[in-house]
Amino acid sequence: MWDYTEKVKDHFLNPRNVGEVENPDGIGEVGSLACGDALRLSIKLDEKKRIRDAKFKTFGCASAIASSSALTEIIKGMTLEEAAKVTNQDIANYLGGLPEEKMHCSVMGREALQAAIANFWGQEVTKEDYEIVCKCFGVTDKDIERAIKENDLRTVEQVTYYTKAGGGCAQCHPKIEAIIERVRKEMERESPPPKPDKRKLTNIQKIKLIEETLGREIIPALKADGGDLELIDVDGSKVYVALRGKCSFCPSSEFTLKQYVESKLKEFVSDDIVVEEVKP
Amino acid sequence: MKTVYVDNNATTRVAPEVLEAMLPYFSEFYGNPSSMHFFGGQVQKKVNEAREQAADFLGAEPSEIVFTSCGTESDNAAILGTLDSYPEKRHFITSRVEHPAVMNVSSHLSRKGYRTTEISVDREGRLDLDELKESITDETALASIMYANNETGVLFPIEEIGEIVKSSGIPFHTDGVQAAGKIPLNMKKSTVDLLSLSGHKLHAPKGVGVLYIRKGTKFSPFMIGGHQEKGRRGGTENVPYIIGIGKACELAKKHLEEENTRVRALRDYLEVKILEKVPNTLVNGDRNNRLPNTLNVSFEYVEGESILLLLSDLGICASSGSACTSGSLEPSHVLRAMGVPFTAAHGSIRFSLSIYNTKEEMDYIIEHIPPIIQRLRDISPFWKDYLKPQGKG
Repeated sequence: MWDYTEKVKDHFLNPRNVGEVENPDGIGEVGSLACGDALRLSIKLDEKKRIRDAKFKTFGCASAIASSSALTEIIKGMTLEEAAKVTNQDIANYLGGLPEEKMHCSVMGREALQAAIANFWGQEVTKEDYEIVCKCFGVTDKDIERAIKENDLRTVEQVTYYTKAGGGCAQCHPKIEAIIERVRKEMERESPPPKPDKRKLTNIQKIKLIEETLGREIIPALKADGGDLELIDVDGSKVYVALRGKCSFCPSSEFTLKQYVESKLKEFVSDDIVVEEVKP
Repeated sequence: MKTVYVDNNATTRVAPEVLEAMLPYFSEFYGNPSSMHFFGGQVQKKVNEAREQAADFLGAEPSEIVFTSCGTESDNAAILGTLDSYPEKRHFITSRVEHPAVMNVSSHLSRKGYRTTEISVDREGRLDLDELKESITDETALASIMYANNETGVLFPIEEIGEIVKSSGIPFHTDGVQAAGKIPLNMKKSTVDLLSLSGHKLHAPKGVGVLYIRKGTKFSPFMIGGHQEKGRRGGTENVPYIIGIGKACELAKKHLEEENTRVRALRDYLEVKILEKVPNTLVNGDRNNRLPNTLNVSFEYVEGESILLLLSDLGICASSGSACTSGSLEPSHVLRAMGVPFTAAHGSIRFSLSIYNTKEEMDYIIEHIPPIIQRLRDISPFWKDYLKPQGKG
């Protein structure tokens, strides 16, 4: 049995906004009977182009119905610009999460919303320059790229959970792998990890930066293993720390300090940093 | 909330008589049947008794019964144990609608370099016997064709199939997991060489199965270990469970008639009433050759998981061939092999009854199914289109 949240169950058993609005300003239809789920979203705007009413009809499983219901609740009262920014994660979050295998239900909600907005502007959903990658479910390269970017996906299995692509005959798996590799490279180029600022630092700036780096890069990882670390003092390039929790009696604490803490501080603070342990 | 359990092709209730027979063999008579002392010997006697019960149920000799850990092990052992005995033959025949315990062994063999043939079925789920005949070659090591389908209940003409297979001198295995207890089985008059049973489909607990191996059939053990089961399956006997499945076999023989009269009548009643009360509903599988306890219906334009969860909310336990229930994205391989249209495959529900079901329970289901389907159809974008004359077809 699926592990659905109470919110998913509630929106499935008591779906909000079922039906079709009268004289809709926009209609978005996605999915098909063959695919196993389909959603028809209709929206009505007020004079300020805010979504006054939104209704849905859905064929699909419990999470598809719940995602549709959540979508209509989320977008009511939004301007079209705001609605255009709603992501599938917003829908999943509203429901307190969905099983990963069911994330494609939230993607279907976002796609229907995009289609309804485009429909209002009198556009076809922009599908130029696309290639159908998954023939079983008619999923395009653009759909897959977007899901990878918005949900930080890394594996073919995840792409299948989010878009259904690759969930049928599996012949497109190599293509999906190639897309993942390309898109992840693009993502890294677009938002490279924060470049360390290695200008000459004042002592106060240096101590602050060390504290920040420890708090962001190091302590959470140590805590995850039951350990902790405390900054005792900074003297020029020497950083004195004390290991706490499980780290304090860990046989590999020397390694932790040199390979992990020191290398992070070198990366983010200054190349000449040397870490010393203060024993209790 | 009361529980109405109509998912007996998934698993069954352990019969109280079975549990009672098992209980002393956990902490009272816990000896190892292989031991030389009286404490083991008395347990061995009970294991032999269970073997006789299973043999009696199947119309077999006790020496032809091997106890295993489950239906899947029986299937794996039958197939791999036979192929191992004919290493020079590299062709395996099965059907497109097998249980994963056979289907995935077939894919495994194909990855290992075997040639595999999966015989197709028609819209009613009936096996293409001509295709079967044509597929047999000198290279064929084994044919494994299920007795009854777990999803639709469709029965294959096992003896006719056996004639075809055996006339070419090829060993024949059948997965009898769903047929046992519902169809009379008599190995003495059968063409079957190997037959798999599962305890938990037969009111014994999960974790025990039987593999029938006809005397004289070439077989290499799949589970390699001690001398147990006459060297055909290593591992200390799972004594309480073996006693359980023995008792379950005895009961199944006794209940066979009830399965085919009272249970069949309940199933037919459920079927007729659902078809009468819910439009756009169709039965999947050959209605003339079907297990007496199984009903697979498709409700068009709605999705199975949603139906199941609404049923579950009322205490009704059934299952579905829809994509969403399995975690895969495609509906059941059985319904797809039959060519059931997508409008119907996604909305398929299987009700599988047992002797513990009552007419009141059927009435409870019949009362609640129509509003559930209507409710989901009201939400479905396709239902209104269907109702419009131009939307038909």
